[in-house]
Amino acid sequence: MSQKNRLASGGRIDRSKPLRFKYNGREYQGYQGDTLASALLANGVDVIGRSFKYSRPRGIVAAGAEEPNAVLQLGATEATQVPNVRATQQELFGGLVSSATNGWPNADMDLMSYVGKVGGRMMPPGFYYKTFMYPQSMWETYEKFIRKAAGLGRSPLENDPDTYDKINHHCDVMIVGAGPAGLAAALVAARSGARVILADEQNEFGGSLLHSREKINGRPAANWVAETVAELEKHPEVLLLPRSTVNGYHDHNFLTIHQRCTDHVADQAPKGQVRQRMHRVRANWVVLATGAHERPLVYGNNDVPGCMVASAVSTYINRYGVVPGNELVLMTTNDYAYQTALDWADAGRKVVAIVDTRQNPKGARIEEARKRGLNVITGSAVIEVQGSKRVSGVSVAPIDARGDKVTGSVQRLSCDTVASSGGWSPVIHLSCHTGSRPEWRDDIIGFVPGKTVQRQLTAGGINGTYSLRKVLEEGARTGAQAAESAGFADAAKGIALPLSEEVQEGPAMALFHIPHTKPTARAPKQFVDFQNDVTASGIELATREGFESIEHVKRYTAMGFGTDQGKLGNINGMAIAAKSLNQTIPQTGTTIFRPNYTPITFGAIAGRDCGELFDVKRYSAMHRWHVEHGALFEDVGNWKRPWYFPKAGESMQDALDRECKATRESVGILDASTLGKIDIQGKDAREFLARVYTNAWAKLGVGKCRYGLMCGEDGMVFDDGVTSCLAENHFLMTTTTGGAARVLEWLELYHQTEWPEMEVYFNTVTDQWATMTISGPNSRKLLAELTDIDLDGDSFKFMDWRQGKVAGVPARVFRISFTGELSYEINVQANYGLYVWEKLFEHGAKFNLTPYGTETMHVLRAEKGFIIAGQDTDGSVTPIDLGMSWCVSNNKPFSYIGKRGMAREDCNRPNRKQLVGLKAKDPKKVIPEGSQAVDDPKQPLPMKMLGHVTSSYYSANLGHSIAMGMIRDGHNRMGETVYYPQADGSVIEAEICSPIFLDPKGERQNV
Amino acid sequence: MFYIYCPHCGEHREEEEFHAKGQAHIARPADPDSCSDKEWGEYLYFRKNPRGLHHEMWVHAAGCRKFFNVTRDTVSYEIKEVYKIGERPSVVAAGN
Ligand SMILES: [Zn+2]
Repeated sequence: MSQKNRLASGGRIDRSKPLRFKYNGREYQGYQGDTLASALLANGVDVIGRSFKYSRPRGIVAAGAEEPNAVLQLGATEATQVPNVRATQQELFGGLVSSATNGWPNADMDLMSYVGKVGGRMMPPGFYYKTFMYPQSMWETYEKFIRKAAGLGRSPLENDPDTYDKINHHCDVMIVGAGPAGLAAALVAARSGARVILADEQNEFGGSLLHSREKINGRPAANWVAETVAELEKHPEVLLLPRSTVNGYHDHNFLTIHQRCTDHVADQAPKGQVRQRMHRVRANWVVLATGAHERPLVYGNNDVPGCMVASAVSTYINRYGVVPGNELVLMTTNDYAYQTALDWADAGRKVVAIVDTRQNPKGARIEEARKRGLNVITGSAVIEVQGSKRVSGVSVAPIDARGDKVTGSVQRLSCDTVASSGGWSPVIHLSCHTGSRPEWRDDIIGFVPGKTVQRQLTAGGINGTYSLRKVLEEGARTGAQAAESAGFADAAKGIALPLSEEVQEGPAMALFHIPHTKPTARAPKQFVDFQNDVTASGIELATREGFESIEHVKRYTAMGFGTDQGKLGNINGMAIAAKSLNQTIPQTGTTIFRPNYTPITFGAIAGRDCGELFDVKRYSAMHRWHVEHGALFEDVGNWKRPWYFPKAGESMQDALDRECKATRESVGILDASTLGKIDIQGKDAREFLARVYTNAWAKLGVGKCRYGLMCGEDGMVFDDGVTSCLAENHFLMTTTTGGAARVLEWLELYHQTEWPEMEVYFNTVTDQWATMTISGPNSRKLLAELTDIDLDGDSFKFMDWRQGKVAGVPARVFRISFTGELSYEINVQANYGLYVWEKLFEHGAKFNLTPYGTETMHVLRAEKGFIIAGQDTDGSVTPIDLGMSWCVSNNKPFSYIGKRGMAREDCNRPNRKQLVGLKAKDPKKVIPEGSQAVDDPKQPLPMKMLGHVTSSYYSANLGHSIAMGMIRDGHNRMGETVYYPQADGSVIEAEICSPIFLDPKGERQNV
Repeated sequence: MFYIYCPHCGEHREEEEFHAKGQAHIARPADPDSCSDKEWGEYLYFRKNPRGLHHEMWVHAAGCRKFFNVTRDTVSYEIKEVYKIGERPSVVAAGN
């Protein structure tokens, strides 16, 4: 297909490099330097989507980030699908495949438009609001309809083949936007020696200068841009980031920049290159030079393809060599937009009329238009457009000086393009991100950034400064100020200001909504927010229904809630609401934008933190052995812990049964390296332990170990573990695997903020030690073969520890037990861990030494009724509730943490949930963990629940299932029966019993 | 994301290195056992939620592990000062 709208010359495209691309299954051709939007316009593609609610055909209206309609789906393969791409920001490459995201079954021939005629009535303004207010059951009905109709694009069903990454920076001056203001600022700041980052969302620096026909220093502005960029590239402290959108401006001058590194090259990034990169910048000073977006005017049928923003038309002509039509009507409230008509005429196409809403406009551009014989109609407006898939004509009528009403007869003009300009809205989005409220300025008819606590400066269009000469001045001055504030003195010295002619302009008119001969509600639809199909009459309806705050109006109408965040429409909408409420725009409210400025891919957010690198992994020193011996792993915190070690052909239960039996019958071994270990020293260490544990520590001698419970100030258990006295002022505390960091911070908190006078020091030694626990009746015999420590049961007793050598390596051996068997916990320096572990296996073969993982550990401890903090406790359980009053001291002199909490009335009321053992009546039935107990399974719903099962296993050693769980008043209900109704309707019957199922006297560990 | 000056390290570091620990200057009652349930409940659970200046405790968890206090504006998120445990803030809200 020929590029019927392409000019023979001009623009920043390379006509020697044609590129083929696909849109909605058809092949087209564009050029290197095109955006997808300019290439579509060059080919005369008018309809690029269907509107959300009314299913009206829509075309491209803008040329940048503010585009609300041309939001397309990209991707040549399933894996490379990208939704939500603005065609105006996507550079064209050979082989690009795109399609409209809404429109069903296609944008040109849309079945939904018939439904849309109904849908308009089915979905009045306030639809969402009302839908959410009414019974939720209806939402499901609406949702299907909305999703299908809206077609918000789709995510790929296959893994993204590209890589993305992140990079952190610090800089002195971060400049956002490389238009005239940003470039001037960057040049001055760079010359001062400051570290400067200059980012711009476009592929080329220059901003408006890329399509401007103004001159700088007497030569085309683009020359100055090229020279400036060339100089900036030579400064070693300057980082230039094109194709990089500053998407978020966060607290304390932290900015996130989304750089599209290879999106412009191919469907998939070339080998070895990333697709996108997220820059995270902490800036000393920030200069926002983000420019302004032109506002379209709101008039009847202003959404018909062919209606565009005036400056976008100029951009397509001057930058891309594309004239998006043949016959233009320009409607404007200001002088600047006359340039669009001049550009159109220069391109050799017909300007039907310039319709100026002002009664008597005067200015240099107006003079030029008149001199060139263009038809200028003043004091008038385009009140309505004709056409459906393309503009075919307009109705023009005189209006009064305030723009409130039509004052004369309507004339019809035939044309295919309507460009409109209602003035400019400064791009204040980033300054809003940090919470700064914008301020309205009558003189520029727009919002500018308000007060801020950030180290932020602004220059150019964002301040409502639009004349090129002033923009350049302001940019240079602001760049100097930023550099000087960042400590680069004399930055302002010797600035050579680029010079540009001042164009004489007359005042603009504050007009947003064009009146019609009919009242708004009956006039043709006048769209304010294209993406959400919000109309002027919808906003007026909202105010009539009593919504007076702009925030409420926005929620009621969904204005500004699209992926474009209402960049084009919000100010118009506010102006309409204000007028309808008979108040000023600042009285009506302000407009706030939130990150991200434009949509960002999940790939860029994730960066490399996916797949293998999703999270940190911690491995014990023996990990390799576990892998080699077929362990399956369980995540505990960041640790990879062996879960169980299945042999060929074994089911999980087979493996657990074998591991459990081998341990109780001979000897098993567990890698316990992951338990938190905290080294505690200082003359007050012992007293400190007494304050943070619930039990007594005064008499624990050197060489002894003790189990301790830790509570919060509320009296609830939060961690437990064994602490050993290594020397008089030296202890080793162990914590749960998951609680290690939390416990260390807890100890530091109390030491630093409550008891700083105590002399005590904490350090984590978890990673320094490898810990292996051998457990079972043959553990002593096994260890004896490898150690010089006297293992005699009378001298090395249960809850003692000894220093010595194991396998020739210095070791601490703790005789503590989490299985109820004779157990030794061997600790060696971590880098000896694997060696000692393998030595144990060399000697353990004859005892059938069996490795076991966390699951067997759980079963063995549950057979003994030992709790696991965080599994059998949940932050609402006191030591008394656990039946562990033996671990609570009432006669320690200091009121330790948890004591007062446990004394609260509620902790001592009858009928609290208490931990008990549970024996299913059917010994093969394992009650699912989390099951709720009831007294009578036949009671009506909702049943009265007594507590839940916390731990539940099949015990091969006992030959029946075992469980622990909370039961209301459980300690007083031994022997009684409770019922556990299951999701499948069955009921498991269980008897309440002691949680100690095996060896209640503790004889096995005391041999 | 905040940029926090650790008064112990003497450097600004990223928020990721710190944990927020809530309202500062909440002293553990000297004699918990003589507190009523109400007093203990207030010590445990009741916290200010001001719009404006807030004195709060932070810990340099992934750095020096030291606790310190921050005076922060909860509206603008501006950090007005940092000071060590045991010191008093110099920036305080009117009426405090
Ligand atoms: Zn620090």
